[in-house]
Amino acid sequence: MAEATATKAPKKHLFVPGHTACAGCGQAIAAMLVVDTAGPNTIITNNTGCLEVLSTRFPETAWEVPWIHSLFENAAAVASGVEAALKFLGKKEGINIIAQGGDGSTADIGLQALSGMFDRGHDILYVCYDNEAYMNTGVQRSGLTPFSTNTTTSPAGRQSLGNPLPKKNMVGIAAAHGIAYSASSSAGYPQDIKNKVKKALSKRGPKYLQIHVPCPLGWRHDPGQTMNVAKLAVETGLYPLIEYENGELVNVRKIKEVKPVTEYLKAQARFRHLLAPEAAEQVKLIQAIADENIRRLGLKA
Amino acid sequence: MLVPITSKPGSARANKTGAWRTGKKPRFIHKNCVACRMCATICPEGVVEGDVKNTFGCDYDYCKGCGLCAAMCPKQDIEMIAEGEKL
Amino acid sequence: MKEFVEGSMAIAKAVQSCKPGVISAYPITPQTHIVEELATMVADGHLNAQFVNVESEHSAASVVLGASATGVRTFTATSSQGLLYMAEVIFNIAGLRLPVVMACANRAISAPINIWNDHQDSMTVRDAGWIQMYAETNQEATDLILQAYRLAEDHDIMLPVMVCVDGYTLTHALEVVDFPTQEEVDRFLPAFDPIFKLDPKDPMTMGVLAEPSCYMETRYAIHRTMLDALEIIPRVAGEFKKMFGRDSGGLLKGYRLENADSAIIAMGSQVGAVCEVVDELRDAGQKVGALKLVTHRPFPYAAVYDALTHVKEVAVLEKAISLGAEGPLFSDVKAAFYGKGKAPKLSGFVIGLGGRDVTKDSIRKVYRLLAGKPVESEFIDLNVEALKANG
Repeated sequence: MAEATATKAPKKHLFVPGHTACAGCGQAIAAMLVVDTAGPNTIITNNTGCLEVLSTRFPETAWEVPWIHSLFENAAAVASGVEAALKFLGKKEGINIIAQGGDGSTADIGLQALSGMFDRGHDILYVCYDNEAYMNTGVQRSGLTPFSTNTTTSPAGRQSLGNPLPKKNMVGIAAAHGIAYSASSSAGYPQDIKNKVKKALSKRGPKYLQIHVPCPLGWRHDPGQTMNVAKLAVETGLYPLIEYENGELVNVRKIKEVKPVTEYLKAQARFRHLLAPEAAEQVKLIQAIADENIRRLGLKA
Repeated sequence: MLVPITSKPGSARANKTGAWRTGKKPRFIHKNCVACRMCATICPEGVVEGDVKNTFGCDYDYCKGCGLCAAMCPKQDIEMIAEGEKL
Repeated sequence: MKEFVEGSMAIAKAVQSCKPGVISAYPITPQTHIVEELATMVADGHLNAQFVNVESEHSAASVVLGASATGVRTFTATSSQGLLYMAEVIFNIAGLRLPVVMACANRAISAPINIWNDHQDSMTVRDAGWIQMYAETNQEATDLILQAYRLAEDHDIMLPVMVCVDGYTLTHALEVVDFPTQEEVDRFLPAFDPIFKLDPKDPMTMGVLAEPSCYMETRYAIHRTMLDALEIIPRVAGEFKKMFGRDSGGLLKGYRLENADSAIIAMGSQVGAVCEVVDELRDAGQKVGALKLVTHRPFPYAAVYDALTHVKEVAVLEKAISLGAEGPLFSDVKAAFYGKGKAPKLSGFVIGLGGRDVTKDSIRKVYRLLAGKPVESEFIDLNVEALKANG
């Protein structure tokens, strides 16, 4: 309901057109919402990945705020250095520091630097754009790839039904550090993204926001369906939208009408192998994951 | 010696991604629009703009033709038409 | 003012006087005392800096990268495995043209694990685009820290600088060190004035994607800058000498090379022992000398050539080996004479790996071996029995 009400669009985007995101890219939608909500007094550190590559091919940049890319796994550490420098200069007040990256650079190779950032209590918001695989390098499996997903390094085949491993509970891992705020959002709910970015930035200390962003190319769906696919993930219970504060679960987005996982799976060709009758047992396992999320987090309205 | 290795803000605007469209573009019908701003909010290129009801449109120099605006308009007031068709 | 201090403390005091705003490091022997001293200074209010305790060397380097990019003077220190772990950040810092200063407490590389001194660690990143200078004494280490910030932040350089200090041999040795006053340091080292930085008032994008059409020029620019630094390094050393009266830093320094028939070229603390042997042999009537190399990167080919061209036999004595090839310093010195008409007979000796003591006996042996056939990377002082045990 909140999505249909009037929301004031920014007069000027801080993530401008001309970038080379694929048509319908969920990450582009989310990144624009994040930086627009944060405002011009923001410094961004960015891991290597889709967002970095599509937005900063020299000499063009889509960013209107100060922005730095260093390596694949260290945006959280670079941001820690930026924050320390601003503190030293006495200029930290009023400047938002956002470190961001994809699921691979956040939950896998960058987990150490992220944990260190949480541990040291830096006043930084970390945003993870979760498209559930290493998309920039060609759709390889990451720690946030869901169970049974077809990726190029966890392909479905005659002896495999895709990724055999569960999706890492990164929001929970962040929350377990006891940080001020750890939450999930979705490109299917732009107002939710704005609200959570604003809420995160109003708090002091480390914050974590994970945004589910469909990838038309990697998930194989029509570019115009990005938001509908994102909504289905939430409505099936496969991608809960939740908020932790200081390690405690404080809020969940209830699902009015829970949809069966099959509706989500058939909307994307990366799950095509699960539509075969032989895969019925596997689909039950995926339904069980959704059911367990709903039960454990109290998602039913 | 220091060759430029930093980029000026917003310089991506030089890249007119409208050339990417492969056959379809959005037509803003301007009949049932309620100015919910959903189209302006979710365009991945950020090129849909508007003010009050029935004033929304996009910059075709950058529109990649993804179709999100048409898919998400709650009033079905945006349709994807063939590239050659008049708006 | 003169004080009798451990090398690590001398380096920490030098860093303190340069007033960095952000210090970040991860513990590793034998660098630890340096950062512990700095942490104590911060805790006691003697140093106004943000001290960031990180969870790995990769992050330590990333923190100083981010802070330097925000326009603040920074410092980090590491050794051996830590330097290797942060290696990709090392290249990144140079590529981003950030004037970070680091102390590398030189230590051997695993496997097998060995915490004692040699130069293999700093040698492995010699291609990264950092200026690398090797201290002979704790006094020189102190002085090099000051010169490092001057060089790094020079608008004609804007490259990071690594001050290499022999682990344990220097870091844990006590020596009389003459420290400049804060007022003197402030005169020698102006405040950091970045050319570009992260600032919402003047946004820019750093760390761009450079396609084949523009990447190569960035590497050429760093290379060109390092070659230009060959003139700036001696100039800064000259200014330092004028202000503080000491001959620290610079590219290299000859010792009794005039009319020398043979010479050893070496870096770091072992130079002291080499010079003592030179004095001994000179007293015995032999025409020997030594060349202390301070700056290894950029490599001062012309200066090495000029210093040694009149010498008949030269031995490179180094604490590193490029496994499967030869000592890296040996390769560099040979290149200084390649294609030139007059060249000494050059021999390469690898000594002191894994902290094995460099003794005056070994150095005397090297001067004796110089008279024979040229030597291609011979290892000095190997334990022949141990080699037999390994078949």
